[in-house]
Amino acid sequence: MKFAVVVFPGSNCDRDMYYAAKDVLGEEAELVWYTEANLENYDAVLIPGGFSYGDYLRCGAIASTSDVVSQLKKLAERGVPILGVCNGFQILLESQLLPGAMLQNKNLKFMCHFENLIVENNETIFTSEYEKGEVVSMPIAHAEGNYYCDEETLAKLKANNQIVFTYQNNPNGSLANIAGIVNEKGNVLGMMPHPERAAEAILGSSDGLKLFQSIVKNWRESYVAGA
Amino acid sequence: MKIAKIHITLKEGVLDPQGKAVQGSLHSLGFPSVEDVRVGKYIEIKLAEEDNAEKQVEDMCNKLLANPVVENYSYTIEEVVTQ
Repeated sequence: MKFAVVVFPGSNCDRDMYYAAKDVLGEEAELVWYTEANLENYDAVLIPGGFSYGDYLRCGAIASTSDVVSQLKKLAERGVPILGVCNGFQILLESQLLPGAMLQNKNLKFMCHFENLIVENNETIFTSEYEKGEVVSMPIAHAEGNYYCDEETLAKLKANNQIVFTYQNNPNGSLANIAGIVNEKGNVLGMMPHPERAAEAILGSSDGLKLFQSIVKNWRESYVAGA
Repeated sequence: MKIAKIHITLKEGVLDPQGKAVQGSLHSLGFPSVEDVRVGKYIEIKLAEEDNAEKQVEDMCNKLLANPVVENYSYTIEEVVTQ
């Protein structure tokens, strides 16, 4: 399986994401600069964390106007797996690939520590290797991770089972403790916690690895004969 | 030339942690009459002379400058006399 890690000016978790896909998972992966990316050549796309365009205007807003995001929209429609982590999640929100928006953390602080997450939905291509209700530990590192959407959208997220991860102890004020959501189709996941920084025991947790393993397993089952 | 003056504010009902922090500071500075603070953005855009400036500014706000999920915007467009 071949992963693209899209690199924007200001991305800073791109190498962690690349390392998780390439070295920890043992799959093919390439770092692709946002202006040179042809995402048709990949089986899945990873949007890493960081501060694309210095978080100017709003986190992820400027990146969402780039050509690579137009490509992402086409891939999303076709069902290609797309994972956005942290600033990657913010870019997916600003691109309207996922519903809602991010506000500043309730305490106005940049927070960087491990949080316990609850796997609310293990019937996605990103979470099938987890148990439903499983508590997993992954680090957060953000100042704008306070998820917000209107009541109607929240009702839809709940009805469609689009809330994938919630915080056990909500650190940032997110609505309904939301830490990660998928689109209606289930092939685009955005989450604030960093699974790529929790992919090996030496990093303090390997709970994020199953997320990447889920993507690979589901892709193999769909696309590789005899898998 | 025209100049668009755009105000972007958080929608009513959307929590504004920055506004709350400013409110707290104003209280501690001795302004107990402050009941609420909302922090927003102000953007100025210079535009070449065009007939549909209003439509353009609307589009800019909807597509990039404001996030309709959490923000409202308002604007004025003024003629600038260059000397």
